[in-house]
Amino acid sequence: MSRILKAIPVVLVLVALCSAQDLASFEKRVTVKKLPNGLTAVVCQRPDTAPVFSFFTNVDVGSVQDPMGKTGLAHMFEHMAFKGTDTIGTKNYAAEKAALQKVEDAYAAYIHERDKRVGRDEQKLKELQIAWQGAVKEAQQYVIPNQFGEIIERNGGEGMNAFTAEDQTAYFYSFPVNRLELWAYLESARYSHPVFREFYKERNVVIEERRMRTDSNPIGRLLEQFVEEAFAAHPYHRPDIGYISDLNTFSATDAQHFFDTYYIPSNMVVAVVGDVDPTQTMAVIEKYFGTIPSRDKPDERTTTEPPQNSERRVILSEASQPVYLEGYHRPDYRDKDDAVYDALADLLSEGRTSRLYRALVRDKKIASEAEGGAGYPGVKYPHIFYFFALPMPGHKPEEIGDAIHAEIDRLKKEDISDEELKMMKTRAKANLIRGLDSNEGLAQDLAVYQTLYGDWRELFRSVDRIDAVTKADIRRVANQVFVPTNRTVGVIENVPATSGGAQ
Amino acid sequence: MNASEIRKLTFVAAFIVALTSGLAAQEPWTKIPIAPLPAFHPQDPKRIALPNGMVIFLQEDHELPTIDGTARIRGGARSEPAAKVGLTRLYSEVWRTGGTKAETGDQLDDFLEIRAAKVETGANDDSTTISLSCLKDDFNDVFKIFSELLRAPEFREEKLDLAKREAFDGISRRNDEVSDIAHREAIKLAYGPSNPYAHVPEYATISAVTRQDLVDWHHAYVHPNDIIIGFVGDFDSAQMEATLRKAFGDWQKGPAAKAPEIHFEPAKPGYYLIKKEDVNQSNIRMIGLGTTRNNPDYYPIEVFNQVFTGGLASRLMQSLRTAQGLAYSVGGGIGTRFDHPGILQFAMGTKSSTTVESIQGLYAQIDELKTKPITDDEIARAKDSILNAFVFNFDTPDKVLRERMAYEFYGYPADFLERYRAGIEKVTTADVARIIPKYLHKDQLAVLVVGNSSDFDKPISSLGPVKDVDISIPPPPAQTGEAAAPGGKQP
Repeated sequence: MSRILKAIPVVLVLVALCSAQDLASFEKRVTVKKLPNGLTAVVCQRPDTAPVFSFFTNVDVGSVQDPMGKTGLAHMFEHMAFKGTDTIGTKNYAAEKAALQKVEDAYAAYIHERDKRVGRDEQKLKELQIAWQGAVKEAQQYVIPNQFGEIIERNGGEGMNAFTAEDQTAYFYSFPVNRLELWAYLESARYSHPVFREFYKERNVVIEERRMRTDSNPIGRLLEQFVEEAFAAHPYHRPDIGYISDLNTFSATDAQHFFDTYYIPSNMVVAVVGDVDPTQTMAVIEKYFGTIPSRDKPDERTTTEPPQNSERRVILSEASQPVYLEGYHRPDYRDKDDAVYDALADLLSEGRTSRLYRALVRDKKIASEAEGGAGYPGVKYPHIFYFFALPMPGHKPEEIGDAIHAEIDRLKKEDISDEELKMMKTRAKANLIRGLDSNEGLAQDLAVYQTLYGDWRELFRSVDRIDAVTKADIRRVANQVFVPTNRTVGVIENVPATSGGAQ
Repeated sequence: MNASEIRKLTFVAAFIVALTSGLAAQEPWTKIPIAPLPAFHPQDPKRIALPNGMVIFLQEDHELPTIDGTARIRGGARSEPAAKVGLTRLYSEVWRTGGTKAETGDQLDDFLEIRAAKVETGANDDSTTISLSCLKDDFNDVFKIFSELLRAPEFREEKLDLAKREAFDGISRRNDEVSDIAHREAIKLAYGPSNPYAHVPEYATISAVTRQDLVDWHHAYVHPNDIIIGFVGDFDSAQMEATLRKAFGDWQKGPAAKAPEIHFEPAKPGYYLIKKEDVNQSNIRMIGLGTTRNNPDYYPIEVFNQVFTGGLASRLMQSLRTAQGLAYSVGGGIGTRFDHPGILQFAMGTKSSTTVESIQGLYAQIDELKTKPITDDEIARAKDSILNAFVFNFDTPDKVLRERMAYEFYGYPADFLERYRAGIEKVTTADVARIIPKYLHKDQLAVLVVGNSSDFDKPISSLGPVKDVDISIPPPPAQTGEAAAPGGKQP
């Protein structure tokens, strides 16, 4: 149904419960092993399916770990992970390595001059820029562009991709089963021998990505401003794509430092799902991933967002049509009430029986879409429970806010019905079952749950937690969290374009 | 923009700079043994033709206790009258939300949601669909709703009113995002503005649709001889066949749906500019007409697309993204469809100040097809990519079912997928060289640019004559009524 699901990254999907019996039967097909270097492998066999497998590498680092002044660095590394290794993508690594060092030296000199507040020498700056670009050109002669991706594509890789979120960075694709060992070689080499070649050209690609997703998209602009307002202290307030000045400043050396700090085996879970033999698969994973050097866990402490004590508002005047968004701070995913938030999101948003659809779309006819969601922009740290709606033509965002608040008041004052409670719990169970039918989806779920809880079984146990949610829980949490002083509102107001045909 | 989309590298598929032969010895990955892929014969669905013309496919899959099904019915948006564009969209929504004779759509919602089940309806250019999804134990209850909606929907007026309001909202928002604008206008340029595939609903055409139109549409198109149904999941085929025969066997044949005659008139070559001030990135599309998949050239076209635009290692990706850093998203190809020509399109997004440079970059890549012809090595890589990934066309019972239903719908042979593999295997470098000048004419392309023209590196007119495309939204007609369109102030 909705645009907001597209607009908001949801890392932890609402997952459902199954009976203990289902877990028992599933457990027989799942093998978990922590390698001596700290990396965790999860293998799930689906016998009698097609001779293919999917994998999902989940790295427990995201844009929350971007250093100050270097936003977008976690995402930049994700792009670098397609640039190859000291063996793949190079014509002569020894020479290339020396050339890449020259690029870094030249770039550092250029940035040093560029960022002088006092006494910048424009002539010198120009020379340094030319020297840096010359060094880039010099290094380029050793590159075999996109060889890493080409090997995957030529071997039948399907759905090759990656993403970076606030809490995680993930890499994935599917292969025919006869390429299992080739996969293990390629995927482990990405983390054991990465080379950050073509870094500054790829930075331009990422800047184009920022223009597409954020600068040139009204909802993208709203979301960036909204999180900046909602979070005063925690890094969730920063865009994962990065600020433009940071994107024009950080270096391949910065990316290498980021990689050395966070891409450590104990931060990584690799899940493989398909028609694979568990023993053989685990042996191949140990052989290749076991060589990634072990390093100490970095200090990942961040500022805890302080309590909000007044309503905050962001209003964008745009040529596009109105949008309404509001959010409330809530605790992180390990909170005892985590399942209650999931239940609330389901109750408010799922299908045509949901509270927001019935009130705002069907009955009041003031919105074309309306929904709520439990986890934005991440879940590992205290985050936001949001409400989102698109006002119908002729209806103002304030009307939407009032209607959402009326629904919130109902949740606070009246118990939800028996039917609503049952719907929510049944849907949770059905969603879990449906999630088990694809290699890709299952690989992702197993890797993410193993990372977040240290145990993939939580995927199934989350059922029990949702099943335990009571009507009183719903009222209690609604009363606790959905209060005006804990609220941030983000609105797009329509102002007609000044000229031109595109309004 | 969900989590997986937000940081996506959008890859399309495979070409690489020719490796020097001496390098092969240093490539450790080539030494990893690759055994032949185990033999895999995906289970074919059972095909049943009822005497009334309905075709049924049954695909058992017992891994999970669920059942899914879809009925596809001939006749879709391309057949709706020009004065009522959007009719099938409204029809396909109210078909479900308007309920059955016995129960309102809201009552159906309650009944289904408490079972975590879905029955949904939809519309395409050439068909409408009704689908079902449920846990196995609820199948009988859910199927009853599915078959009642298929045979006797009620199209309650209040839900048409709601659907119209939502359609108006969609119209008002259609110029908010660059990608939506570019996608829509590209179809108009490829097929012609009055082509049914390019039709766009307006306030007036939505307002013109009445409940009787929906009822009439259902009577005109929903006949068993124009329906293909497929089920996949945890059922016994014999039992399912009996259920379907009982539900639909007595249904009388109707007139066969006729495919409308459609003319394709691509826009004149040249530059088409849509000015949008609130963006800093231009969306560029070079557009022409593609072809159909029953054309013998389909296979060399597929290989060409793989070489030119199909992935991280393709020519466009290598040059415009990796080497020049001009774009994040680059893609396209010579498009093909089952029963009408696809759209030939090369698209990219680039910052306003490199708009003309990027257009020239795209042209240069087209020119290079002549000056640096596609090599045997590039062809081999492209074919490997397609053939090694071939298993992913049928790696789940559900995909096999969907393929078979599509071939049945469009009158393609049941073994079309196997023919596809054989067709790709036979493609030679000469075949690809032959089809390029046949389908790709640089001087015949319509070039669409959506962007902030005041920030372009050079005016588009420096490349040739420019036509400004007006995309302002025609205001709603003055009228009253249940779901009156919004007031004249709307853009």
